[in-house]
Amino acid sequence: MNQIFAVAGIVIKELYRRKDFYVLFIVTVLICLVMGSVNIYNNPDIIRYDKAICLLLIWISSLVIAITATARQIPAEREQRTLLPLLAKPLSRTQLILGKFLGCWMACGLTLLCFYMFFGALAATREHEWPLLGYLQAISMHWAALGVVISLTLLGSLVFAAPSSNATICFVIVGGILFVGRYLDIVALSLHEPWRSGLYGIYYVIPHLEFFDMRKLIIHDWPLISWEYIGLAILYAVGYMAVFLAGACLVFRKKAVN
Amino acid sequence: MPTILAIQNLRVEFPARDRRQPVKVAVKNLSLSVGAGEVFGFLGPNGAGKTTTMNVMLGFTNATSGDILLFGTSVRQPIARQRIGYLPEMTYYYKFLTAEELLRFYARLFQIPKGEAEGRIDAALKLVELDHARKRLIKTYSKGMQQRVGLAQALINNPDLLILDEPSSGLDPLGRMKVRQIIQRLKDEGKTVFFSSHEMGEVETVCDRVAILHEGELCAEGRVKDLVDRHQCNLEQVFLRVVGYQNQPL
Repeated sequence: MNQIFAVAGIVIKELYRRKDFYVLFIVTVLICLVMGSVNIYNNPDIIRYDKAICLLLIWISSLVIAITATARQIPAEREQRTLLPLLAKPLSRTQLILGKFLGCWMACGLTLLCFYMFFGALAATREHEWPLLGYLQAISMHWAALGVVISLTLLGSLVFAAPSSNATICFVIVGGILFVGRYLDIVALSLHEPWRSGLYGIYYVIPHLEFFDMRKLIIHDWPLISWEYIGLAILYAVGYMAVFLAGACLVFRKKAVN
Repeated sequence: MPTILAIQNLRVEFPARDRRQPVKVAVKNLSLSVGAGEVFGFLGPNGAGKTTTMNVMLGFTNATSGDILLFGTSVRQPIARQRIGYLPEMTYYYKFLTAEELLRFYARLFQIPKGEAEGRIDAALKLVELDHARKRLIKTYSKGMQQRVGLAQALINNPDLLILDEPSSGLDPLGRMKVRQIIQRLKDEGKTVFFSSHEMGEVETVCDRVAILHEGELCAEGRVKDLVDRHQCNLEQVFLRVVGYQNQPL
């Protein structure tokens, strides 16, 4: 375990020494502060729109950070040849994959914490309340979704040689799942065989990331979701993470690294 | 003298890109053994199969047949790498880290206790004369300094076997001399060193035994002194004869 944490520590150190997070955080803060300072039509419910924009930006920023940071992990190690001295140590390839995953996931967790603290502060200035449990549910679900995205991207980084192609494919897949994943079964009903079975198959195989999107709950101050359902959703995410990481380990196991 | 490294009938083939082409055989039935405390020079022209052999030795590439044992354990087991230090031919390390942070990271991979690791980091940085630059980011280092960080990371676990792939490559004469001094010092400490080099003077000075590889095949092996005496010339000329070099008029 110590080796996995050592690799994860280096990943986190790299991410906070790079500028990606700071740029996205500052852009999100500036946009939200500008939007929050404008009082359109004297509408007292305008804060809902501010919250919606802020949460959308948080989702976009977190996905950008998760995918771009993960996509370059292994390819950059290969390209810069840092992989050679690393694998010459008593570190198995599985430990390396797990360390990379853990590092990216922890770094994204810290990033989410910063984003949600800002969001909470912004919402509190208008609503004068702190629905902490709602935020906790949202952040834990968001973090679980990022875990699935990170493991998928890590697998992609071992299949596709170029980080840019992997990142693009992952953005398309994740965007596709978030926007149309929930409608695939409805679309399948209107199709003929074998397309219907094919689309149903895709519907049941893909990780439904939209389950983890709790923006509406926060924007409209809906009551909390039962913690049992949150737990089940996190288990569902962990299952997908395990499948993608096992795939990554299998692909990496026999791959020549020189 | 116990055997530290044993290469047994190693054969490495790489598939051709075009299926109509034959497979490329990088190493052909290579067998070697290196004993404890020896400094072993692994020589050969470019493309002879030296780096490929080292890559199999470290588990980076899979052998087509044959095996390599490090301390009696197959190289496929990560534990076999617990007692080795490795310096790759071209060294690039995490540029966002300082030398001290890099060594601390590698010490963690070897599971060296924290207090002991700090002592070893100090000793390794002093040995490669980078103590003054330990808190500087590696991206600010010159090539020679990066090579020395490479040597320091290879020494962090106090290895019994050091594998160096062209350690003097690209260094100025001063840098080469320092590398040679470090190898000599490790030899005096009783460490086993396995290194490839094109610097025949360096090899002749520090090596006990050498093996010369050409087109994947072992062409000569033995004590440096014996090879030099047998051919009645220096090691560079022995090397050129063994690989079949004919001096053509320009």
